[in-house]
Amino acid sequence: MIEVQHIKKGFGDKIVINDVSAVMEDGKCNLIIGSSGSGKTVFMKCLVGLFRPDSGSILYDGEDFTNMDAAGKKEIRKKIGMLFQGSALFDSLTVEKNIQFPLDMFTNWTLAEKRKRVDEVLDRVELRDANKKFPAEISGGMKKRVGIARAIVLNPKYLFCDEPNSGLDPQTSLVIDKLIKELTQEFNITTVINTHDMNSVMEIGDKIIYMYKGEKEWEGNNKEIIFSKNQRLNEFIFASDFLRDAKDMRMLEQTGKIDNDRNMEDLVR
Amino acid sequence: MKFIQEFGRYILMLRDMFSKPENRKVYWKEFMHQCNDIGIGSLGIVVIISVFMGAVSTLQTAYQLVSPLIPKSSIAQIVRDTVLLEFAPTLVCIVLAGVVGSKIASELGNMRVSEQIDALEIMGINTKTYLVLPKIVAALVVIPMLVVISAGLGIWGGRLAGQAANILSTTDFDKGLLNSFLPYNVFFAMVKAYVFSFIISSVPAFYGYYVQGGALEIGRASTKSVVVSCVLILFADYVLAAILL
Repeated sequence: MIEVQHIKKGFGDKIVINDVSAVMEDGKCNLIIGSSGSGKTVFMKCLVGLFRPDSGSILYDGEDFTNMDAAGKKEIRKKIGMLFQGSALFDSLTVEKNIQFPLDMFTNWTLAEKRKRVDEVLDRVELRDANKKFPAEISGGMKKRVGIARAIVLNPKYLFCDEPNSGLDPQTSLVIDKLIKELTQEFNITTVINTHDMNSVMEIGDKIIYMYKGEKEWEGNNKEIIFSKNQRLNEFIFASDFLRDAKDMRMLEQTGKIDNDRNMEDLVR
Repeated sequence: MKFIQEFGRYILMLRDMFSKPENRKVYWKEFMHQCNDIGIGSLGIVVIISVFMGAVSTLQTAYQLVSPLIPKSSIAQIVRDTVLLEFAPTLVCIVLAGVVGSKIASELGNMRVSEQIDALEIMGINTKTYLVLPKIVAALVVIPMLVVISAGLGIWGGRLAGQAANILSTTDFDKGLLNSFLPYNVFFAMVKAYVFSFIISSVPAFYGYYVQGGALEIGRASTKSVVVSCVLILFADYVLAAILL
């Protein structure tokens, strides 16, 4: 479990994160959503320690990560896996070597043991055939899967995904979402995901935090979000007519009514 | 003010790169990889430059020494000292600042921009130790070797050109080479080689490591690192000559 307590972060005069508190739960996909510039990425970078918050603290299973010494942080980071927006694979290494890299660095396993583990995770992300290819030779969706494989190869306790669906087609996005959800539940990982993708929000949002201009505006799950009265959240998440229709259809399905002033007959027709 | 800030960050980067390696084998592999990249990767250009540098030195020295009172073997003496004292360490290192420096800056810059450095940080790896230190140590090991090779090839090129252009025989050249030879000059050349190697590797590493932005900024950082390295090499060249000669 990750507890965020009143963190603030600014750059110069600009406050990017303002007094945000949250709890990221074990075995759940904790989603951080918000429009561009709302502070999601900075928030995530504070969580993983790439930025140091100006105030407040971040607790990893009760241990204060923010005020830890370098050695303590290093130990926590060994339990963290992260999937980056651009996958951040090492260009000069093959898919297999990219995944093997954390094993080379942090284990004393034999080469055979490492290869076995790499094959296991490659199987898990369904990429066994791409092991000898270089990152430049594979598609965006495959890169994301390699990124996930590298993130989970050391069996992390915490998994961070920064916009895992950016640049992917809807079908591949679903595959990535499903994979993240399965891994989270299978290994009881605390997963934190930054996303813009509404499909992900509805599919895997066990816990959703909506950020607006650096502040936490709303918190709930993918069931509650449909019924939220928060106007900013509704404007953000159901931005198009299509999504508003989908929301109202879902409400109609679940409650038999919609609670806005739209004409139900138009919707059904 | 910006200069002081940048210099401070440079010093901090150098300080932070000294930490215990997470896995010695992986670091050794990275060090060897850098030795190969910097040393073997630059060997071709160093060979070409050195041979022609020595050859041209012989021809131009002969062109200027027209007096019949000066023995022909002095040409070899002048070529030897010019190559040893200046051409091999300084000229070769300026070329290497372009070849190796731009490679280091763009490699680290690309890693920064594509979040590969962040990925390493999150794994719990000290990126300055893993990415910067092996480059600097490798440069300190292989660039002085390249300077030695360059000095040898430069003198050989001069000998070859002297014979080919009928300026002086190889016997005269060899005689001149041994005449008034000061081993201290070799020491001086090596001191220069080590100082320049440090500049060539650490300055581009600094500019590449702290790049912010995209492809355009990587290009800018690469160019800036080469320019700053060259200026620092020339400045250090003057300071070392003033102190050691």
